[in-house]
Amino acid sequence: MVPWYMAFLIGGTLCLIGQLVMDLTKVQITPGHILVGYITSGAILSGLGVYQPLVEIGGAGATIPLSGFGHLLTQGTLKAVEQKGLLGAFSGGIEAAAAGIAAAVIFGYIAAVIFNPKG
Amino acid sequence: MPEVNNHKLKKIEEYEDLANRCKPKPPVVKNSIWAFVVGGLICTLGQVIQNYFMGIGMSRQDASSATSIVMIFLAALATGVGIYDELGKRAGAGSIVPITGFANAIVASAMEFKREGYIFGVGARIFSVAGPTLVFGFAVALFIGLLKVFISS
Repeated sequence: MVPWYMAFLIGGTLCLIGQLVMDLTKVQITPGHILVGYITSGAILSGLGVYQPLVEIGGAGATIPLSGFGHLLTQGTLKAVEQKGLLGAFSGGIEAAAAGIAAAVIFGYIAAVIFNPKG
Repeated sequence: MPEVNNHKLKKIEEYEDLANRCKPKPPVVKNSIWAFVVGGLICTLGQVIQNYFMGIGMSRQDASSATSIVMIFLAALATGVGIYDELGKRAGAGSIVPITGFANAIVASAMEFKREGYIFGVGARIFSVAGPTLVFGFAVALFIGLLKVFISS
């Protein structure tokens, strides 16, 4: 099991990088851009084999940031390609990420219906 | 006439330069510390939850999925009652980068559009930020999968 302080360290560092990108670049970067950027870079780094070692060291510190979601998509796809070939390339990623996507859609919808925006 | 236009353009450029110089610089160090600490704490909470799920006998992968579900639930709730956005004002990327930020984006954008109805208001707007995120995530993963198919064949 990964100790909590490693999750803190790796997770904190990944968030710090995002903050520096937001503060130090001239272009206006919205939270949406950060999310798209992280899922994309996570998926690419995972394909290059760089992300898995980070998960070994940082545990949830690497899987909770959205780059970890990209990693999950890529790893699911690669595993499914081994088993099912071309079909796996289409089905594997979403299968692996299904729990997170379903939770986000369902809980997100319910919360948006129940609560009203503040202010 | 073109000369006048050029002159106008120059004026506009000069003005934009000036406006950029007068724009307040973000307090980079303070923002960074906030992002690091809050992001780190959210991931630590994730680790604690994941360790619990692994403790009751789940495989690492299942525990990781279950953790995502719990974190998304907590973030949707925290966004609904308004805590998450208060946190986000200080934490910046510390509250955006974790998967809780993804859930926050879904709820926050959907809540605003209730007056457009529950189907094409809320139902559509939950994807205004989540949609692009998923599109690019799916596209990259599929591309990598196709690469592997062609390399191994």
